[in-house]
Order: sequence, then structure tokens, then C-alpha cells
Amino acid sequence: MSHLIFIGLGLHDEKGVTLAGLEAIESCDQLFMEEYTAVLTGTGHEKLEELYGKEINFLDRKAVEDGGIILEAARKSRVAFLVPGDAMSATTHVDITLRARDIGIETSIIPGVSALNAVPGFLGLQNYKFGKITTIPFWEENYKPASFYDAVADNLEMGLHSLILLDIQADVPRYMTATHAFEMLIEVEKDSNKEIFTPDRIVCVVARAGSKDVLVRAGTLAELRGEDFGGPMHSIVVPGKMHFMEAEALVKLGGAPKEIMD
Amino acid sequence: MGRKEDNIKKAQALMTQHSMIRNIGIAAHIDHGKTTLSDNLIAGAGMMSEELAGKQLLLDFDEQEQARGITINAANASMVHAYGDKEFLINLIDTPGHVDFGGDVTRAMRAVDGSIVVVCAVEGIMPQTETVIRQSLKERVRPLLFINKVDRLINELQVTPEQMQERFIKIIKNVNDLIMKMVPPEFKKDWGLKVDDGSVAFGSAYHNWAISVPFMKESGISFKDIYDFCDKDEQRDLSKKAPIHQILLDMVIEHCPDPIIAQNRRIPNIWHGDIESEVGQSMMKCDGKGPVALMVTKIIMDPHAGEIAIGRMYSGSIKRGQTLHVLGMPNPNRVQQVSLCVGSDRIAVDEIDAGNIVAVNGLKDAIAGSTVADNPDMEAFEKIVHYSEPVVTVAIEAKHMRDLPKLVDVLRSVAKADPSIQVDINKETGEHLMSGMGELHLEITEYRIKNEYDVEIQSSPPIVVYRECIDKPAGPFEGKSPNKHNRFFITVSPLEEEIVKAIREGTIQVEGKIKDSKVLGAQLQEMGLTKEEAKKLVVFEGSNVLIDGSKGVQNLHETMELCKEAFKEAMVRGPLAEEKVMGVKVKLMDAKLHEDTIHRGPAQVIPAVRQAIYGAMCIAGRTLQEPKQMVYVSVPQDVMGGATSEMQQRRAVIEDMEQDGDLTVIKSKAPVAEMFGFSNDMRSVTGGRASWSTENCGFERIPRELQQDVVAKIRTRKGLKPEPYDEHYYSSA
Ligand SMILES: Nc1nc2c(ncn2[C@@H]2O[C@H](COP(=O)(O)OP(=O)(O)O)[C@@H](O)[C@H]2O)c(=O)[nH]1
Ligand SMILES: [Mg+2]
Repeated sequence: MSHLIFIGLGLHDEKGVTLAGLEAIESCDQLFMEEYTAVLTGTGHEKLEELYGKEINFLDRKAVEDGGIILEAARKSRVAFLVPGDAMSATTHVDITLRARDIGIETSIIPGVSALNAVPGFLGLQNYKFGKITTIPFWEENYKPASFYDAVADNLEMGLHSLILLDIQADVPRYMTATHAFEMLIEVEKDSNKEIFTPDRIVCVVARAGSKDVLVRAGTLAELRGEDFGGPMHSIVVPGKMHFMEAEALVKLGGAPKEIMD
Repeated sequence: MGRKEDNIKKAQALMTQHSMIRNIGIAAHIDHGKTTLSDNLIAGAGMMSEELAGKQLLLDFDEQEQARGITINAANASMVHAYGDKEFLINLIDTPGHVDFGGDVTRAMRAVDGSIVVVCAVEGIMPQTETVIRQSLKERVRPLLFINKVDRLINELQVTPEQMQERFIKIIKNVNDLIMKMVPPEFKKDWGLKVDDGSVAFGSAYHNWAISVPFMKESGISFKDIYDFCDKDEQRDLSKKAPIHQILLDMVIEHCPDPIIAQNRRIPNIWHGDIESEVGQSMMKCDGKGPVALMVTKIIMDPHAGEIAIGRMYSGSIKRGQTLHVLGMPNPNRVQQVSLCVGSDRIAVDEIDAGNIVAVNGLKDAIAGSTVADNPDMEAFEKIVHYSEPVVTVAIEAKHMRDLPKLVDVLRSVAKADPSIQVDINKETGEHLMSGMGELHLEITEYRIKNEYDVEIQSSPPIVVYRECIDKPAGPFEGKSPNKHNRFFITVSPLEEEIVKAIREGTIQVEGKIKDSKVLGAQLQEMGLTKEEAKKLVVFEGSNVLIDGSKGVQNLHETMELCKEAFKEAMVRGPLAEEKVMGVKVKLMDAKLHEDTIHRGPAQVIPAVRQAIYGAMCIAGRTLQEPKQMVYVSVPQDVMGGATSEMQQRRAVIEDMEQDGDLTVIKSKAPVAEMFGFSNDMRSVTGGRASWSTENCGFERIPRELQQDVVAKIRTRKGLKPEPYDEHYYSSA
């Protein structure tokens, strides 16, 4: 009975998991969970354990990356590894899958809803037209990466939309807000001459996707720069060349200026 | 008005007349009489009472210095002296002679234009004599010679007048040989010492007299007379006829260049900015009206006034209330006070002009070696380098919990005042490490922390600082990031010896931002790097270098900052015993990176690169290097056996034995680790009849059979498991 199941828990709170996911959780002997690639901000550890009727072993990044503890448990029993969002998107867990396979542990995946498809949906943008996904990390004293800017630039060149995920530091804890991210983008813009994050650039924000008070906004950078989007988590989209239906959606769903429909 | 006050007035008037100024340092082997000489010069010039001179050791104003009778810090004093029908201002610096404080000598040389090298007539040339002559010439500071303790030659050794002359000739020849060996070519013709022109003087600093050939001609006093005065115990009379300050200060005025001439020669050597620029020209001409350029050579701590920066004004004039920039520091500092030094007294003045040595309060960001200017964009002076690296460390803790925060400040302050002290603050454990040039150096610094800064501390017994190195090239070794999505391939090899030497001696500039990478690249190629390596050089850490040998790796530029950080970490703590690494060339050959920044951040890249470096070093054969000292012991025949076996017990290799009269000088090289408690033991085996000096001489590989044991001891002391990890550990992690 050695089985490792990767289960995506979906968005926002304990209700984002699929029925298939919930059943699988109930069938497992041991539960592990990580919270550093995404966080269910609308719930807590107790609520999850209460729902599952089992204790959860919460792992920090180090323990997950080391993987030993998960693999050891899965060798002897049926183990679920719970991941907020989708189990395999925007994370690095494929390494554990491969290592489990190498030592003869059966693995399976139960997908979950991810910001990667939810965010375009809220905005009415077509999934077909997204380019590279990128993440903006918090800057540190001596480490100020800016390649997210290049990713957006490349996408725009090809007329593609850019989904920008924002850093979370669950252990601190802190979540990057869209407002913070805009300031960083403007900062990087100063050192490059590509004229991407200019005041009249259309940008979109989706906050708290999957919760009841989800917020969907679209508008010029100048407009959105000063807005407060409320609690976490936030994502940004920079639209590329828009289909007429997409433009209409941004106006009607996100309050973008009507001119973008011309 | 007393004579002293009168002289201070005159000094102020002379400060702006550059041709009437001489800046001079006194340097010598320990105990040859520097401090006694400085004191008598100052007293003779009317800056202190004559009765006290030579007894009080004014320049040893540090309590510790008086207690131990050695000069630790280079102290300074200004005085006025009449020569011919003119008066001159002489700014004098006394430098320490103990090897542990050698850094201070180097820095003092930056402030002066000439040096009086004092050599004891009895002992002759000693190791530090050579060192100070080298330091002097390196800064293009002209050395003059004073042969001291002539009274002892006559009264104690009872040499004949002929033997006395022979000794003088031998000492002068030896000093001249050293000068000719090391002098910059353009001064070869003029900087040799000649008895006839008065660039050499003889005398007794203690008994306050001296003579030189010009003075003999003028006064009619001959060598024979000198001999008789001493022989008949009439040195007091001699000191009236041939007062030391007059003969020596005459020598200085005649043979030490004034600051205008000196700066013109020295500036291109110590400052690498554009000579044609305004500040360049002003320094070349010693112009008091030009932009301010001050080179700080020393920071002293005053219990009342706080930190005081001492330094040489090369251009412009420094005034109270002025706002100046300590180059490299973000905020300007305000000059609170400008003063002239007279031993432990500082006399506040309104302003001090180019060409002088000044004491300044308020430059709170300055450390010994800082450049201070009114223009924040001025090019800084060349770093003052001192070859020796710290070799011993003590762990220091505050005795009382409440002193914890204060101790951190004090340690920082101590390191600022004495750049040859290194401190490692550990806020988590509260156990701070302080490293220095030797046992004595640390003892004295501890004493200061307790007595001057008033913090009770507890310190561990001193421990030796080691270095880690490698045997041969190895790699590429693959390092994986914790999330396994990034891989780095790294090779290591011993860095070309010539480059290691150039870094240690400061002949190539590698610290901080590389200023002119073209020039540096050309230099490095001459010393053995390939063209490609020189071009792809990323950063130095100590005597180690990181080179990017990869091609076409996407997003590497953004990750390189993290590679640098990992490289620095690995070089500061080696894989063997977490000691510093020396002389290793680290090359990044290839990298495979995750597409998104978030999966190749610091937490991923730093460990991966570090593991790759460590793993490669394991395969390259890690070696432990220990600091060594040259030890010169001079002993009478009958106790030589005891002294030799004492040395041998300390793993010393005897390199040479030389007969000098009835004394034998044993020259040996010993590991610093074996030298603790040496003074006491040597005294007891020789019945106190041996004298010795030591000199740090770099790191050498520890004998193979000892390495494992020593590594285990260091690791255990640091709370690590006794055996270091091997390459398998670093590839699996
Ligand atoms: N007899 C004699 N003793 C001297 C003379 N000059 C210095 N000394 C003594 O030598 C010792 C070391 O002198 P000091 O000035 O402290 O040497 P420093 O280490 O070079 O500063 C002291 O005990 C002095 O009194 C001298 O000309 N004659
Ligand atoms: Mg002294």
C-alpha cells in the first residue's frame, strides 16, 4: 500500500477542493500540506482538519524540498500531499513525483482550481492568448531581479496577455499587493526604454479569486496605481492585443475606460 | 608667556608657509629608542619641560604604553625649530616598533615626507629595521639615519674608538644597501646616506646628545671628544654642547623635503586620479587655497572628545564648522574642531593648511585610511596596505548582560581606530570574535576595552586563525538547488601564485567595485590568467576569484548576484573547518535555471552554488594552512642549547645561526600555534639573557599528519561534527 496522491485544494478557503479531492483525502492514512507556493487565506488549519476529520502535517519549504519525510510515509501507507491551488501548476513538486516513482511508490494527481485559469476567467480574457507566466518576487537589499519585466515585454511583442503572480512569504507572513507590484514595475520601467508601464498602459487586477468578495478591476496604470484592492491574494494581468469581446469584457467586468473598445 | 605657549603661536604662523614645514616620522626596531628620541626632540624644541623628557616618555601617552614601555600607537607632535636665521615647523610622528602593530607604521608613513630610522649601535640592523625602511620607501618617504645608544657602546661594551668607527661604518653600509635595494629608481642617486652631508647622525637619545659631520665641523667637537665625554661620565656636559634636538632637527630640515617638493613626488604614487584636474594640481603644488583633500592615517579615542581623526592635509585648508565628505560614506560630516598636536595635548586652532598633520573632531565616519574631501566625487587616495593579516583570535563576551549592546559599539569603535583588528559581531550568541596580529596586540586591545571604554569582558584564550586551500584543479562539480530545478556546474583550481601575492600586497585593486576592469584585466593576464578568464572575471573575495566561464545561459545575469553571494559565503567559511579560503579560482562553467524568478531566488541559488564550490573543493584536495612567524633570538653561547631546544619543541625550523660577538642570533620559522607562552618559557630557559623579535610571515600548509587532528579540533570548537563532509554529501544535498 504505497501511494502518494497530489491533491489541489483550489482557491481561497476549504471549499475550493473538488469532490474527488475530498474523497481521496478521506481515503488516506496521512496528510501533508505545504503553504509556500500559495495560501488559502480564507480558512485556517483547524477548519481544514475539522473538515477532513484528520490531522494534517504542515511542512515548511525546507521539509518539502528535502521530501524525505513525505516519501518515507508514502512508502508504507497511503499519503495525500495537499497543495493550495492546483497540485502541479506554479509549483515545483514534479521532483517529488519523480523521486517517488524511482523508489516504486505509486503516484496520482487530483487537480484543483488554480489562479492560472481562474484569473483570466474573471476578466473575460481568452486563455488561448496568454504568453509566459511570470512572478514578481519581493526585492531584497542586494537582489533585485527584474526579469518579470522582460517576460511581459516578450509577451507584448507577440501580442499576448501576461499573467503576473505576486510573491507570498507565508512564513513572515506577507503577501505582495498589486499596489506594491505596480510601484516595482514603474521602478524597473525607469531603467529600461521599452515604454511598457507608462501611465496609460491598461492593466488588470483580480483580488481574492474564489472568495465571495472577489474584486475584478481593469484600467490605466495611472488609475489603478492609487487604488486599494483589499486583502490578499492579488494577481495582475497585462493584456496584449485584444479580441473585441475581450475589450468589452474588461470594460463591463472590470470598469476599464470605454475607449479601449474603439 | 611660557616657552611652550610662545612656540604654539609660532607654529600657527608657520603652518601656511609650506617651504618652512617638515613632516617626519621616527621608525625603528623595537627598543632601539624611538620614543626616547621623540620626547627629547619635543622637549628640546620647547614643547615640554626638559627635566621630564626621556623620563616621562611623553609620546607613550597611552597608559598601556607607559606600563609596558613600548609604543603601541603612532603619536604625533608639532614643534618649532630655528635653523640658520629661519624658523621651521616640524610635524613629528612616533611609530610603534612591535611587530604586532606594524599596520600603524605603514599608515604613519602616509602622513610624512621623511623618516628618521633609529638603529641601536649595540644591536645593529634588526628585522624591523628592514621592514620600516621598506615601508618608508614604498611611500616615497626619504629615510635618514640616527645611530642611537652610542653611550652603551662606550660604557658597557667598552669598545675602542676604532671599533666604534668600524661599527658605525658597518651599520651605515647595511642601511645604504637596504635603501639601494628597495629605493624607487628616480631617487637612487639622491637618497643614499652620506656621513659627510649630515644625513646620518650619531648619539644617545637617553642622554640627550648627538653629533653629525657638519655639526662636528661647525663646533669643532670630534669623535674622539665624544668618546672621552662618555668615558669620563660627562654626558650632561655633552648634551649642553651637542643637544640632540638641534643636531637631528637640523638634519631633518636639511635632508627631508618640504611638503611642496615631497607632494610633487608622492602624489602620483598615492593618488590615481587625474593629475591635471583641479584637486590633482592643487595637491601637486601643496596649495592651501585648493579643494580640501585630507588623508586620515589614524583614529584615536579620547575619553572626553570621542573619536579624533589624525591625518595629512594634501590640499586646501580645513576649518572648524566646515562640512566635508568621508569618501564612500553616504552622509557629509561636520568638522567640530581642528587642532594641532603636542603629545597628549591638542591645541584648537581655526584652520590648518595643506602640507600639515592635523587632528580633527567630528569626522565620525572616518577610519584610518579614509579620504576626506569637500567634493564627494573626488578620487580617493590609494588604500594604505599592510601586508600582514590577523593570525590570532579571541572570543569576547560581556561579563554583565546589561553591557551587551555597549560591547557591540565598543568593538566597532576599536576596529575603526585600529584597522589591523578585525571583529566579527555575533548578535545571536553574544560571543564576538576579535582577531589581531598577535597575542600582545589582542591583550592590549582587551585592556583598552576594559579600561578606556569601561566594559567588563571575559575572553577566551587566544586561538590561531587558519586558512583553507586546495591541492589541484577539480570539477566541474554539479550543485543542485533545494527544489532541484536549478543546477550549477563549477570548477576550482589553485589561483596563480603571482596573483595571490599581488592581492595580498595590494598591488592590484580587487576590493569593492572594480574600477578599471581593462587595466586590471591586463595586469591579471600578465600574471597568468587567460584572456577569457580576465574578461569574465566577476568578483574577488580575499585572495579568491569568481570567474563566469559559462556561455549563453538565459537569465544568468540576474542570478549572478546570488552566485556572488554564495561564492563570498563559501570563501569566508571553507568546507574543511569553516576557516577563510585563500588562493582559489572558482569558475562557473554552466547553469540550468528554472524559467520563473520565483523558483530561482536566493533560497535556491545560494545553497546550490555553495554546494557546488564545496564539492569541487573536496575533490581538489582540501588543505589547511597555518600562520607562521619568523623568530629571531639572540643569546649568549652558554645558554644557546636551551634556546635551540625551546625552539625545536615548538615545531620551529631553524634557518640560520649567525655569530655576532659573543652573541648568537638564531633565525627560525615557527607556527604561530606553537608560540603561545613563548616569552615566559624562553626567559626561563635562558635565565632572562635572551632577546628576541618575531615577524608574521604568512600562511603555510600544515604538516599532512597533523591536518586531520587540527581540523577536528577547530570543528569541535565551533560546535560542528569533527569530520568535515565529503563530496558525496555535497552532490546529494
Ligand atoms: N643607554 C641608553 N639607553 C637608551 C637610549 N635610548 C633609549 N634607551 C633605552 O632603551 C629602552 C627603549 O627605548 P624606547 O624609546 O622606549 O624605544 P622604542 O621601543 O623604540 O620606542 C628604554 O629603556 C630607554 O631608556 C640611549 O641612547 N642610551
Ligand atoms: Mg616606543
